[in-house]
Parts: sequence; structure tokens; C-alpha cells
Amino acid sequence: MAKVSMTVNGKAASAEVEGRTLLVSFLREELGLTGTHVGCDTSQCGACVVHVDGKAVKSCTMLALEAEGAEVATIEGQAEPDGTLNTIQAAFREHHGLQCGFCTPGMVMSAAALLKDNPKPSEQDVREYLEGNLCRCTGYHNIVKSIMAASGQDVSALAAE
Amino acid sequence: MYNFDYEAPSSVAEAVAALAAEDAQALGGGQTLIPTMKQRLAMPSTLVSLSGIAEMKGFDVGNGAVTIGGNVTHAVVAAGAGAYPALAELASHIGDPAVRNRGTIGGSLANNDPSADYPAAALASAAVIVTNAREIAADDYFQGMFTTALEDGEIITGVRFAVPEVANYQKFVQPASRFALVGVFVAKHADGVRVAVTGASEEGVFRWAAAEAALNDSFSADAVADLAVDPANMIGDLHGTKAYRAHLVGVMTKRAVAAAT
Repeated sequence: MAKVSMTVNGKAASAEVEGRTLLVSFLREELGLTGTHVGCDTSQCGACVVHVDGKAVKSCTMLALEAEGAEVATIEGQAEPDGTLNTIQAAFREHHGLQCGFCTPGMVMSAAALLKDNPKPSEQDVREYLEGNLCRCTGYHNIVKSIMAASGQDVSALAAE
Repeated sequence: MYNFDYEAPSSVAEAVAALAAEDAQALGGGQTLIPTMKQRLAMPSTLVSLSGIAEMKGFDVGNGAVTIGGNVTHAVVAAGAGAYPALAELASHIGDPAVRNRGTIGGSLANNDPSADYPAAALASAAVIVTNAREIAADDYFQGMFTTALEDGEIITGVRFAVPEVANYQKFVQPASRFALVGVFVAKHADGVRVAVTGASEEGVFRWAAAEAALNDSFSADAVADLAVDPANMIGDLHGTKAYRAHLVGVMTKRAVAAAT
């Protein structure tokens, strides 16, 4: 066991963990932040995407100890403290960007990383950026639409089917 | 995943010392090693994370060369290797954005996955693999799939690429994994053309000598139109037969030359 300390959604967090403890396990099991999901556990599906020092990463493929001293952001820190959804979350609700909701935390965190680097992405940019985020409901059209809308672009002409 | 002791040295010298422990393994970005350990295909007793070693994060561009520290992620290469556009383009299509934020060039080259992209770039660029102990020419470094010239405990601290006159990488992705089913990196240097093929061969990344000779005579897609590699040495699996991969090597080479000219 070794001690790990990091900042999660602006709050200091630390615990004794095993070497093999994954970042996602630390978030879910030590901190109770179960909004970050484990879908495939093989770094393919992206349901576990969080930000580490501002970069989107798959938290099922990073050790908790590798995040020592890092600033971690999860889906729980995206809304305002009073529960008001942020722009991306609100766009997902408005444009039906989720069906079962399982992939949604990863989709929102990936979208946030994309829009930080590329505030006005094309539809193609969004689709390419989401290469590592899978939606088993196959709700991609509306996910893409939600992210385009969150970027402030007109989405009335985007495919809806 | 079996448990292990975790070490996070802050210098190459400390890392080398830590890797002297029995069954110790270096950890780069972990984008291959952690999934491999989850499957219990690797079970080191000590994992030595290299990511905190500042001296392996360098990124220098100049004098016709791009020198990249072993810890540099694919995302940083994609954004920062503008002096070598084909290399930046290659890095921008490894894995997905989250994987590119963790995976490192040193880790990729140390693993030498037969379908990885960087080995093709390194071999076609006549890159120099710099370790804690020595410098290794790419021609001597790659020794078959998952096999390299690295000794136990040797760490890739950096990679030095000579920037070619023109270069291009063409990847035909396996539709599910998005790894290269076949990838071909063509680089035209002042002293000759180098063609490196990844994804295709049972021997791992290789140089296609016949294509290099043809392109040295005439650097055009037509020059390689009638060439073919021997299917016997190609990988044959459920994603593509040997003959299919052999055909793709020709097609991807032509496309790379066409895109580079």
C-alpha cells in the first residue's frame, strides 16, 4: 500500500492504495464518485473518461498512483454546486444526447476536452474526436448534435434520424 | 491484475536502479502495459513509472532533426512536430484522443507492437533510439515483433528523427481495433528513399528494399505500381489473409508516394 494524494473537482483527496488500484477504482470506491463509469475495462469504450491536469484520459487505464499530485476533474464537478447543468450537459438534455445514459459521463468529459481545444468544431471534428467513446445505444447523431449545440453552432440542419 | 510495488523515480539514474529489481518493468503511459497486466499477460513484481522523469520530456526541433524525449505523449508530438509534418500526422492518428494524452513515444518503441505506427516512422526516418546507455540506429533496433535491441532494464530516453525532404504515412486501419492492418511510411532523404512497413509482417516492422530501389530510380507512384511483397511472410488472421496484406502493402506504398509528391 502507498499513499496517493490528488485534487478531485477542486477538493483534496488522499488514500492508501495498492499499486494496482486504477484511477477509476480510486474515484468510485474510495471517493464514492460513481458518475465515472467502467464500461469495457479495456480502454476502448470511453465511459471512464476524466480529465487529469486538463487532459482527457481513460481512468481505467491509469493507475491511481500515476495521478499523484494531479488535478482530476470528473462528471460530478461539471454542474454548478446548485445542480445547474453546464453548457454541455444542458445541450445533451436539450438535444436528447443520451438514451440509457451509461456512456454519457465519458461523452460529456470528452466533449469538454474537445471544446477547450477546438471551441467551434466541425461535425467531422466531433465525430473523429469521439473515436474512443462508444455508445451502445448507437445514439451518436444526437450526441454529436448536442456537442455542436454546446459549441454555440446552429444544429438545425444536422441529421436527426 | 496482480499487485506490484510501484516506484516513481524522478531521474533516469534512479529509474535504472529501480529496474534492477527482480521482475521489474518500466511503465511509460501504460496504454498497452496496463491492459496487458489486466489480462495477466504481464505480471511484474515492481512497476517503475517513468512519467515523472523531467529529463525525458524534452522536445527539440532544429538542424534538420526532431528530437523527442521518451516521455513525450502522442498528443504532444501531434501538436508540436510541425517541423516534421508526416510524423505529426502519424501521431495524431494513434489510438484515440484520450489514449494519445497518455501513450508515449518511448513506450511505443520499447513495446514494438507489430501493428504500431511509430516503428514505421522510426525505421523510415533512420531515427536514432537514445537510451540511458547508448544510441541505437533504427536499422539495428527492431528485431521482430515485440522484440528490440533493448537490454533488460534499458530505458529509451529519447528518439532523434532526421527530417526527410518529403515523407508520408498511409495507414489502412483494422476497422475494430483501429490499429494498422497495414501502414507504410515513405521517406525521401538526401541520401536515398526508405520505405518501412508496419502491421503486415510476421517479422514486425520491415524495410521494403525493392520499393526503395525503385523509388531511388524514380520517386513516383508508378515506379512501385508493379511491385509486390511475398505473401509468405505476411500476417494472416481473421482480419486479413496473407495475400490481402501483401496487396495492401503495395497499395499503401503507392498512396504514400503519391501523397508525398
